[in-house]
Amino acid sequence: MKSRIPVVLLACGSFNPITNMHLRLFEVARDHLHQTGMYKVIGGIISPVNDNYRKKDLVAAHHRVAMARLALQTSDWIQVDPWESEQAQWMETVKVLRHHHSELLRSLPQTEGPDHGRAHSLAPTGSALVFPAVPELKLLCGADILKTFQTPNLWKEAHIQEIVEKFGMVCVSRTGHNPKEYISGSAILQRYQHNIHLVREPVQNELSSTYIRRALCQGQSVKYLLPDAVITYIKEHNLYTGDSS
Amino acid sequence: MYKVIGGIISPVNDNYRKKDLVAAHHRVAMARLALQTSDWIQVDPWESEQAQWMETVKVLRHHHSELLRSLPQTEGPDHGRAHSLAPTGSALVFPAVPELKLLCGADILKTFQTPNLWKEAHIQEIVEKFGMVCVSRTGHNPKEYISGSAILQRYQHNIHLVREPVQNELSSTYIRRALCQGQSVKYLLPDAVITYIKEHNLYTGDSS
Repeated sequence: MKSRIPVVLLACGSFNPITNMHLRLFEVARDHLHQTGMYKVIGGIISPVNDNYRKKDLVAAHHRVAMARLALQTSDWIQVDPWESEQAQWMETVKVLRHHHSELLRSLPQTEGPDHGRAHSLAPTGSALVFPAVPELKLLCGADILKTFQTPNLWKEAHIQEIVEKFGMVCVSRTGHNPKEYISGSAILQRYQHNIHLVREPVQNELSSTYIRRALCQGQSVKYLLPDAVITYIKEHNLYTGDSS
Repeated sequence: MYKVIGGIISPVNDNYRKKDLVAAHHRVAMARLALQTSDWIQVDPWESEQAQWMETVKVLRHHHSELLRSLPQTEGPDHGRAHSLAPTGSALVFPAVPELKLLCGADILKTFQTPNLWKEAHIQEIVEKFGMVCVSRTGHNPKEYISGSAILQRYQHNIHLVREPVQNELSSTYIRRALCQGQSVKYLLPDAVITYIKEHNLYTGDSS
């Protein structure tokens, strides 16, 4: 029986704040990959961006990490990893992927010989001994990220290639985006399109962190749009009130 | 102009016989779980506990009279109405009678046009005596539905149209289908409700 490839999903972003939409990305992506019959999703990582990214209205990383942690309390497979946010400076996505991939490899059971970390089949008595396959780390994002690949000077060509060739992407479509267009408009993406999984999110959810920040600033309710624990945290720490601080 | 002092979720009676409708006691239980973290909304099983299905206007009448009964009692013919007494020149204002408004998606306004679905007299009573708060979903233009109806136009001051900025296509139909197909619905409904659904084997697609 063909065994499934283990996959870990990595989502980078501001998570300013984390919302139910972000959390849905993981659930929808996992269901999709499982339905292909080829993959088994064994984990998810949320990696909030470094403060030095200097995006407008970005609250301090320790808050964004704390909120993600609260949001993930009820998840048995997704975790937040503060590594990216704790580095001295902002780093490109591909470096975050490389880091988490090597962490994944380091956490595998150690085997002897030059095939360190790779799956082998030993057959001393004729029966196959299969070691766990190396998990693949895939970048989980909205399909709008595919569009940003076209923006001049935003991504390094070599990085785009490494992302789609060495890691792979799972892109969840949002309304107003036609991800197949973005792929057919790029030679690199076309070449590795088998490694770019397009997932339709049937619930066309326009929920965004931007909307949440604006609603909070205007004193409107965001209950049921993000986990209660995150809303409580936001209120306790006076975040997103619109006061410059 | 308004202060919202409460919210009531009233699950429909089983005898409405809608396709895939699970037993009312489950739907009430799930609503109760979903409302655990709300400090102002409650579920009321009265409608679901009646012997038969009843029209919306009757549910409104029932809950409105319950509201009136729960007001502080005052003497005299103005039972339950706000008065201002001024024995010493200062105003004593009794609590105003709360208004009970029907909260729904703006698509309900459209269903008013469906022949034989609503009684004209009921539509009028709903918009005249109670009032509506209609939250718009994508694909609906509620102002059209109002301008297309003389009754609605006449009482449009009593029909509050609310734009839900987050264009959310989430529906119970979607949830039931996802559950039936073994897909995750986490973060689309409260965890406590998902747990209840799994524990009671609801929406699995098996006919039972």
